[in-house]
Amino acid sequence: MEFGFTIAAYAVAAVLFILSLGGLSGQESAKRAVWYGIVGMGVAVLATLIGPGQGLWGASVILIALGAGVGYQLATRVQMTQMPELVAIMHSLVGLAAVFVGFNADIMINTIAALYAENGGTLGAVAADGYSAVGLPKEIHAGLSSFGQLIAKKTGVEIGILRVELVLGIWIGAVTFTGSVIAYGKLAGKVNTTAQKLPGGHALNAGAAIGSLVLAGLYLGGAGSWTLVLLTLLALFIGYHLIMGIGGADMPVVVSMLNSYSGWAAAAIGFSLGNDLLIVVGALVGSSGAILSYIMCKAMNRSFVSVILGGFGGPAGEQMAVEGEQIAIEADGVAAALNDADSVVIVPGYGMAVAQAQQSVSELTRKLRARGKNVRFAIHPVAGRLPGHMNVLLAEAKVPYDIVLEMDEINEDFPNTDVVIIIGSNDIVNPAAQDDPNSPIAGMPVLEVWKAKQVFVSKRGQGTGYSGIENPLFYKENTRMFYGDAKVSIDKLLPMID
Amino acid sequence: MKIGTPKELFEGEARVAMTPDSALQLQKLGHDCVIESGAGQAAGFSDEAYKAAGVEIVKTAAALYKAADVVAKVRPPTEAEVKRLSKGQTLISFFYPVANEELMKLAADRGATIVAMDMVPRISRAQKMDALSSMANIAGYRAVIEAGNNFGRFFTGQVTAAGKVPPAKVLIVGAGVAGLAAIGTATSLGAITYAFDVRPEVAEQIESMGAEFVFLDFEAAQDGAATGGYAAPSSPEFQAKQLEKFRELAPDMDIVITTALIPNRAAPILWTKDMVEAMKPGSVIIDLAAERGGNCELTKADEKVVTPNGVTIIGYTDFPSRMAAQSSTLYSTNIRHMMTDLTPAKDGTVVHNMEDDVIRGATVTHDGAVTFPPPPPKVQAIAAQKKEKPKELTPEEKRAQETAAFKTQTRNQVVLLSVGAALVLAVGLIAPASFMQHFIVFLLSVFIGFQVIWNVAHSLHTPLMAVTNAISSIIILGALIQIGSSSALITLLAAAGIFMASVNIFGGFLVTRRMLAMFQKS
Repeated sequence: MEFGFTIAAYAVAAVLFILSLGGLSGQESAKRAVWYGIVGMGVAVLATLIGPGQGLWGASVILIALGAGVGYQLATRVQMTQMPELVAIMHSLVGLAAVFVGFNADIMINTIAALYAENGGTLGAVAADGYSAVGLPKEIHAGLSSFGQLIAKKTGVEIGILRVELVLGIWIGAVTFTGSVIAYGKLAGKVNTTAQKLPGGHALNAGAAIGSLVLAGLYLGGAGSWTLVLLTLLALFIGYHLIMGIGGADMPVVVSMLNSYSGWAAAAIGFSLGNDLLIVVGALVGSSGAILSYIMCKAMNRSFVSVILGGFGGPAGEQMAVEGEQIAIEADGVAAALNDADSVVIVPGYGMAVAQAQQSVSELTRKLRARGKNVRFAIHPVAGRLPGHMNVLLAEAKVPYDIVLEMDEINEDFPNTDVVIIIGSNDIVNPAAQDDPNSPIAGMPVLEVWKAKQVFVSKRGQGTGYSGIENPLFYKENTRMFYGDAKVSIDKLLPMID
Repeated sequence: MKIGTPKELFEGEARVAMTPDSALQLQKLGHDCVIESGAGQAAGFSDEAYKAAGVEIVKTAAALYKAADVVAKVRPPTEAEVKRLSKGQTLISFFYPVANEELMKLAADRGATIVAMDMVPRISRAQKMDALSSMANIAGYRAVIEAGNNFGRFFTGQVTAAGKVPPAKVLIVGAGVAGLAAIGTATSLGAITYAFDVRPEVAEQIESMGAEFVFLDFEAAQDGAATGGYAAPSSPEFQAKQLEKFRELAPDMDIVITTALIPNRAAPILWTKDMVEAMKPGSVIIDLAAERGGNCELTKADEKVVTPNGVTIIGYTDFPSRMAAQSSTLYSTNIRHMMTDLTPAKDGTVVHNMEDDVIRGATVTHDGAVTFPPPPPKVQAIAAQKKEKPKELTPEEKRAQETAAFKTQTRNQVVLLSVGAALVLAVGLIAPASFMQHFIVFLLSVFIGFQVIWNVAHSLHTPLMAVTNAISSIIILGALIQIGSSSALITLLAAAGIFMASVNIFGGFLVTRRMLAMFQKS
């Protein structure tokens, strides 16, 4: 009876979770959708707490409350520019939790196996009908926790599958954990953001992966829990080394990949625990992350593998030489152009986030709009360090979302635009992606800003972008370089707009 | 550094190279300004106005040349003026180095630097100091005003109680800066304006100013972009064709304004004697090329002549000077921009950077040597002519493409589905039923996930990550089930799991809500 109730609650929760993801298709429905998610989570946790075999629920509630306190602090204190870091570090928690739960399952299997041995039976032995497992004596069985009972009932094949699942869960969880920690470090600037590899490079990763496979084989063959511990260590190393080898601007892909992994880990653990809700949610999250990674890769015109293996490939041939020179301009020049312009498009990038310039940009937008100018924002899918990063920053600065457009929506409008202001982005506006077939980013979809009448680039210095390639845009006749910190530059501009 | 402006010596020259406004700007660059008493008088700027702007006033030209490090003036210097220059002194003015070779050598011998405003390269960056253009703009405007002054009728057509007045017809020959300015002025006065240029690519500019482009049907028209934006001399056949067209237009035109000049050449004759004779009495010809001999055969430089058939031909060469206040303002601003480029640090020190395209191009003598002519600029300035447009697809081709795309899509889907189905079936063959039950749930969830996530708005990707983060903490259920176990290790690990997942659940949902609350419609 009670068990049935738990499953029903899970079904409700699953529906709510699906609705909560589906609701994110629009800004308004999203606000409602979060509540579906919250209620779904509440239902699931409550149903588990009052469900069968749950001991120590007082302690559980205390732990949840503690976690809630920490989570509340995190969520309310975080700056919107730090969003990528927060997301990354939260992934690491899911990964670690998956590892713990996986280990628990292994320990439980061992415990039950020991119990069987004490009682003269074997775990997983099959009864005469060929399907159901030979159980433990009734009194011992009743003394086990519900999870213990679940395992005790399994046949040999099921135990085998269970082990496969928990190996997967632990392995993915461990990769997610260290990977997310490193991603966090890189995003927070605590770890060098350039792509770095230990000597040996990919061979090291491949070696670790093969080692993991061998260990998994040994574990499934019954070699004991030490193999699982070693395998976890290898997985931790892979997570660390893999993400160390990926540079800063590829972080959107990395974070969405880790997002996906945390989902798959949950799903694998769900299999081993026989918990459908875990499977459903894990699969939802896993596919969500996978789709995000796909979108990000497509936006960079790179294959997922090449992103994960890190760094840009060498150029396919002689790159076009860039002619001309970068011409600097001062704030008064930019202000004069803005005052004359009717339509303005602003292209923000990671530089805006770094300089925390979103409030100034918003103020600029407000002023320009108050003068009847058509101001819009063009967002490239990989602008920033997290999918949708720029949208969140602009939303924080109270830029209305209906003037914030995607690349496909605005690319055709550039020829009719008077002024384009580029704030801290580089590769996503690089015309070499279209003009130079030998460029490393050839074929990557880019914002065609150079078709506008005038382009101003707010940039700290003359350096190249993440990919390390020259940007011919900066040398174009209609481009002017507005050097300086983005926030300082925009603030200088503000009083001159009239 | 001290920047000084003497009185112009050329007779009738009313312009001045420094205005009180430009002096203020120059002081912002860290320079001091000095002016000869009465230099701005003819342009309407009194000594008091200069004094109020912080400009030092000196009585004589000699004193000025002694005081100033940089001398800015309008007209090319006379020999006497060049002799006043000392070593290291800079002179900024119009110079016409081809015509004034002797003076240039003299200045070089004296060790003075001369920056010729007429040699500023025509690239976008240098537009702000392109004094030729700003003067041409004024000349074009003034030409129309001067024409109106000598034309006995309205420009605009009117129907009045006293009868109907036809609009004046104006032909502008040469659509350079002066020509375009003249077009703009003439159309805004209400005249029907026609314009001709040998460069077909300026047709768009002419039409944008409101005039009708006189189309000449001739092949092998040239690309003005290759010659730095100027028209190049054209072939005899072309010229013949062009004159034929003008002859055809002449009887209809009330006002003709010619602006055709090619650098360092005599002006081409475009309006011949017979065309003048074909025109109606009372018509006016303004020849802006008079200084170089004129585009009209009958033009006399600096004079107004009336032909026997009553056509007025004006050959004034001082149109900008006739609007001295306006032209001084623009010219002094050009000078000021030149000084801005020469003073990169804005600290009052002139750095004569000969690597800079613009400065190099304009400098004709420097460090005791003649530096004219300059090497060609590194940047090609003028927009190239239009490239061919990509071919438009016919509807059939489009449809064919669409069906092909649809077919490949179908094929891909079918392949994917059959491989997927085969895999699932293969798993089903070996795995036990209890596993398959969960597996089906898993597959369906992945499927739902894909369907749902594709619809998520791009702008909400960050909230999506945060919320999936929160719900992936559903792993807390696993830990909750395990915590009741008898083993202390399991309990400990499970407790840690519950704690971490709980951080994530609350953190994730809260931050998602925070983010979504920020998305606002305007």
